[in-house]
Amino acid sequence: MTRDIFIEDPNIILNLEKITVFRSGRPILKDVDLKIEKGEFYGLIGANGVGKTTLLKVILGLVKPDGGRVRLGVGTGGKRPVLGYVPQKIQFDKDIPLRAKDLVKLGLDGHKFGVGLFDKTKWKTVEEILTAVGASEFADARVGELSGGQQQKIMIAHGLIADPEILLLDEPLANLDLKSQQEVIGLVNQLKTERGIAILFSAHDMNPLTNVMDKVIYIANGKTAAGKVSEIINSETLSDLYGYPIDVLEHNNRLIVLTGSETEGLHHEVINAR
Amino acid sequence: MTILHDLIEPGFFSSSVIDTALIIGCLTAVVSAATGTFTVLRSQSFTGHALSDIGATGGAAAYLAGVPTIYGFVVVNLVAGTFLEALGIKNRKERDIVTGVVLGAALGLTALFLYFDTTTTSASGDTMNLLFGSILTIQSSLVGVFIGLSVISVALLAVYYRQLLLSSLDPDLLQAKNRSPRAASLAFLLALALAVSMSAIAIGAILSTALLIGPAAAATRLAKDMKSTFVYACLMGAASIFLGLLLSYDSYTWPPFHHGWPVSFFVVAIIFVIYLLTLLKPEAKTRHGNAVI
Repeated sequence: MTRDIFIEDPNIILNLEKITVFRSGRPILKDVDLKIEKGEFYGLIGANGVGKTTLLKVILGLVKPDGGRVRLGVGTGGKRPVLGYVPQKIQFDKDIPLRAKDLVKLGLDGHKFGVGLFDKTKWKTVEEILTAVGASEFADARVGELSGGQQQKIMIAHGLIADPEILLLDEPLANLDLKSQQEVIGLVNQLKTERGIAILFSAHDMNPLTNVMDKVIYIANGKTAAGKVSEIINSETLSDLYGYPIDVLEHNNRLIVLTGSETEGLHHEVINAR
Repeated sequence: MTILHDLIEPGFFSSSVIDTALIIGCLTAVVSAATGTFTVLRSQSFTGHALSDIGATGGAAAYLAGVPTIYGFVVVNLVAGTFLEALGIKNRKERDIVTGVVLGAALGLTALFLYFDTTTTSASGDTMNLLFGSILTIQSSLVGVFIGLSVISVALLAVYYRQLLLSSLDPDLLQAKNRSPRAASLAFLLALALAVSMSAIAIGAILSTALLIGPAAAATRLAKDMKSTFVYACLMGAASIFLGLLLSYDSYTWPPFHHGWPVSFFVVAIIFVIYLLTLLKPEAKTRHGNAVI
């Protein structure tokens, strides 16, 4: 898929303009604008079914938008920037004869032809990436035998090994326990600071992310709000977006988002979250 | 030597019929192992079974036309494989339903062709051969054809090896690398069409799925990576063919009929026993205990 390059601002790595996607005649995404700068941690927040996955697939070229356009910025060396993709949790059958390191290597050459027998240098890259994500100790285990958190690390390594300039992660915290969630967030944030990779990280719960995100885009009720965390994560903006009262508290320099005290609002949130 | 002599009836290794059967059988086992591993990975066992039954239509037509059945199987399976791939683009559920409907229609045609065949030539053995295999009646002149089919199907899998692996986990992972998963998927179905055609000759149209799925499923339980999966599946498939032929050859002296039991029965029984044995392997501890197959 060929795409226009965004050249107006060299700091911008991804630019979405008025992205609209219809499904069975109903708009799932309507006029979504998004600008991501190089090396920026962008949160993509919204309830399940609101169109987060669809938006990521539009960026990747997996879904053709019914309106609007996707433009990638200029990558290093004037080339098209590489996109890394960590899809929503894959259910790995435990009998898949694929080791963690095999899956990571496919991130480098899974699109190539042939068997790829003599790949000594590639295996070295695989080792480096596994060390970088802290997954060396289970490199030889079958993917189906790993825990959810370990699988997520391997999938991040799979997305990372192609040396992307922007990494798209689809609900990487879903089904993880709190400790694994913190590990994944810490790892992704480290990739941002150490490698300067721009991050677009989708989640239905913003709370674990409030102190790592630089910016956030919210999708709710067919509306979107995007901007710096301080501009968006406040009681006024969120309540306006969701259409019912939402409180934002600050605790130890962390923002915590709570649904308002009205039971009707709480009920609404619970339904949305499903 | 005497034990060996008791086990192996005299003449097993000096029979040219057995020689041909061993070559055809081992080629089929290797191709089935390679194709079967991906069939298991992609959860397409039903497609594999459907193809071999649909191919029986071609086999039956070949009997009527008086040409070797392998040609009938190959032609019909390649057409059916391409057709099923074209359907598979939409969604898996729809593909399963249409596969079932096409399968039913094809079996109807098979019945018609076999009826004509048996009433016009009164060769009722044809039906048996078609459904349960004809490895002991195949002409040695067809060995070259089998080698050709093996090379083509293994080459298809080798060329698309990495793309097949990645897309069987999630087609979007391949698509996200700007490579459509459709070419790999078609290559797989064509390799599958050739594999089940060979297998239909070796152990019969209705049993060929056993050779396709059994060794591969057993191998994925034991092996840690793809390389050892292929090796195990090939060895298990070839061993079951070899032992099946041996036992069938021996069974001419067995009671009650002293008539010889079919090769395909032994092959399938051995594969099943091998698979059961792999179930004895202790389960690795996992948080995601999905059912096997």
